[in-house]
Amino acid sequence: MSVKVRIPQPLQKLTGGKELVETSAVSVKALIAELGEKFPGLSERICDEQGRIRRFINIYVNEEDVRFLRGDATALKAGDEVSIIPAIAGG
Amino acid sequence: MSYVKGLKCRECGREYPKEALYVCEYCFGSLEVAYDYAKVAQHLTREIIAGRPKNLWRYRELLPLEGKPTDGLNSGFTPLIRARNLAKVLGVRELYIKDDSVCHPTLSFKDRVVAVALSRAKELGFDTVGCASTGNLANAVAAHAAIAGLKSRIFIPADLEAGKVIGTLIYQPNLVAVEGNYDEVNRLCSEIAGKYKWAFVNVNIRPYYAEGSKTYGFEIAEQLGWKAPDHVIVPCAGGSLLTKIWKAFKEFHKLGLIPRPKTKMYAAQAEGCSPIVTAIKERSEIIKPVKPKTIAKSLAIGNPADGYYALEAVRETGGWGEAVSDEEIVEGIKLLAATEGIFTETAGGVTVAVARKLIKQGVIPKNESIVIAVTGNGLKTQEAVRDEIGQPVTIKPNLKSFEEVVDL
Repeated sequence: MSVKVRIPQPLQKLTGGKELVETSAVSVKALIAELGEKFPGLSERICDEQGRIRRFINIYVNEEDVRFLRGDATALKAGDEVSIIPAIAGG
Repeated sequence: MSYVKGLKCRECGREYPKEALYVCEYCFGSLEVAYDYAKVAQHLTREIIAGRPKNLWRYRELLPLEGKPTDGLNSGFTPLIRARNLAKVLGVRELYIKDDSVCHPTLSFKDRVVAVALSRAKELGFDTVGCASTGNLANAVAAHAAIAGLKSRIFIPADLEAGKVIGTLIYQPNLVAVEGNYDEVNRLCSEIAGKYKWAFVNVNIRPYYAEGSKTYGFEIAEQLGWKAPDHVIVPCAGGSLLTKIWKAFKEFHKLGLIPRPKTKMYAAQAEGCSPIVTAIKERSEIIKPVKPKTIAKSLAIGNPADGYYALEAVRETGGWGEAVSDEEIVEGIKLLAATEGIFTETAGGVTVAVARKLIKQGVIPKNESIVIAVTGNGLKTQEAVRDEIGQPVTIKPNLKSFEEVVDL
């Protein structure tokens, strides 16, 4: 079992159209680094120049916003599901 | 004739074509409509606007359509009421209520954004519209889609007030109640919007949709006699309305329609969900998401997408923010009803209570013009006040029974 990552539509150009990527990263930070190695350019889209997750990106682990967990230090284990989602408007 | 140049990222400035795009591929910043203001300025005057029908499309050059508006032709141009009774209670000289609790057809300011979103969605060739909503947007999308003959897919948190659920179902949309809070509904809709080719008004149609909120600000300025007020108190959920009201004043000034606005913008939130106000008061650069817990369900967005822009507008104008408890919200609703005869929903209770607090604190001065934004109708959130307003006196149908109970 690995960690499943759902790639949002605006980033699928970089993953060759893939919506779902599997990884064995042990934290969110490691996951972003690994995605950056597999798909050049992708980690720069998710993180700013200082390596922080951009303020308009929400990352969820098993449906929980990582800002309610441990941010990019949030641990991942086999079977976890990660979603990367742009902020959307209120209603 | 269109005055829209294209879409532009609010963060990094990258430009995009005017399609159903909403997020910058590079930095995930939201996209905003860019207008050719020089061209608008050549054409648009106070006289032209004033001569048009009283609906939100009287400002159509500043709204993002290619052709003629097709939706919400009776929406907008709600009353700006000089609130003399409430002013007396609050001890201020010049107070107004911008009253969207009577917006046509679904009694909230969301009729404005949906009018624009649906007109644009049709131009882009969609036959199905959708939204994630705390209620008012659901009502508006369902109603306007019914009028337009479009299919609608509407997603709401499962615990919404009955009035908002019934006010949606009556239009027979495809309504899905999600077991989760609004932020969870939003996240789900973002994933659904990526997969299904529908026009989600607050996801992939967002840049166009959000522009509709400007008309609330345009109307305030026009109704005040072509000038912006000194202070505006705005309820904040996602933060878009506050941002767009300020943008409206700036655009009107840029076009020479009003003098330079000196308006201060104030964010109003409930204590149980106040990520924007917290950032204002802590002078923080970061908006920390929260898990909402408040009776003001229409403002219960813990992760406000436009929060940073609302924060910028508050800071740029020298405004401030305040949060109020559920009890203060109910008091605010009752006070507005008792003084001005307006029955507003919980969000309106929030703005009235916040205005009262800021005036009491001396943050808003007593001798300048103040506008309180009332954006929704109290008949939709009756649960909030039902147990706080007493009961009718019940009697037998005879005079004796009446005289026994009624204090003459």
